[in-house]
Amino acid sequence: MPRLLRIVVPAGALVASAVLVWLAWLQPYLAEEDVLKLGHGDYSLVGTDGQPFTEASLQGAPSAVFFGFTHCPEVCPTTLGDIAGWQDELGDEASDLRVFFVTVDPERDTTEMLGDYVGWVPGVVGVTGDAAEIRAAEKAFRIYSRKIPLSDGEYTMDHSALVLLFDDSGRFVEPIGYQEDLDRALAKLRRLLS
Amino acid sequence: MKNLMKSAALLMFLGAPAMADDKMSMMQEVNVGPLKLSDGFAHATLPNQPVAGGFVTITNTGEAADTLIAAQSNLAGVMQIHEMAMQDDTMIMRELEGGLVVPAGETVTLEPGGLHLMFMQLNGPLVDGEDVIVTVTFEDAGDVELTLPVRKKMHGGHGMSHDGDS
Repeated sequence: MPRLLRIVVPAGALVASAVLVWLAWLQPYLAEEDVLKLGHGDYSLVGTDGQPFTEASLQGAPSAVFFGFTHCPEVCPTTLGDIAGWQDELGDEASDLRVFFVTVDPERDTTEMLGDYVGWVPGVVGVTGDAAEIRAAEKAFRIYSRKIPLSDGEYTMDHSALVLLFDDSGRFVEPIGYQEDLDRALAKLRRLLS
Repeated sequence: MKNLMKSAALLMFLGAPAMADDKMSMMQEVNVGPLKLSDGFAHATLPNQPVAGGFVTITNTGEAADTLIAAQSNLAGVMQIHEMAMQDDTMIMRELEGGLVVPAGETVTLEPGGLHLMFMQLNGPLVDGEDVIVTVTFEDAGDVELTLPVRKKMHGGHGMSHDGDS
């Protein structure tokens, strides 16, 4: 019996440590691998600048990507205002930064509609396209959106409200949360742009 | 440490005028029955923005609850009463189909990021510095007209201050 224990105990310990290693190290590492794929996928949209918007668009210069829609009373105008504020604060430091405002509501947000809506913030490009392509982009960026019917034949959209930051090789770096503290947002942007 | 305190004090000092700078026109307080409506305003729209939010504080000084059931404005084809919330990192918005109850003796505040009057099918922009007239309807107290000053959104006290020299 003690001889059996001599085998069972170390074997148990080995299994336990393997589980621990998996939980503490491998599993988060795999999740991180997933995060690094953010923004990558098969989607083909069009920007208000007339350029196509695909995963390749994320390469070449750092970018900030936000998903929203024009029939949005609060979060989207506030975020656009915040972006304008960041650009003000960063000045020339932000000259490389590209900002994409991707609609979750392609049904109503045409390029004409989006162009004026985002046009007041320098350098912000509105992005729209076929509904199926928008859904593919949402999947690539892990954006949640859902159409919510209202009375009077209207509807609104629930949606993720993060600004996603990508480096110049198109790799996801980190998000800026809705109404995140200005100094923290600026620190993230400076890290991205340095 | 002393320097840090000094910078903090300087920051607070510099921050203060920026806040005082925002001249905010206030809505004329109005009463309807036992209800007092104050601190109303609406957010200015962005170019081509087809919707907007309106806000007001409602105090019920009466003995019975009343319900805000409707709102209308010449500027909007449709107005609804909505509640917005952030759930984790997702913005969700719901229509209060049964209206918004203002319990007896309580105050309900419609404010950015939460309850709001939703201007929809706007037939023109809401311009900073102008007023927008909104008629709100309560189940018991009836109709009352509000003159909401239109304000630019504020952005954490920074940025957007192109009119200042900061």
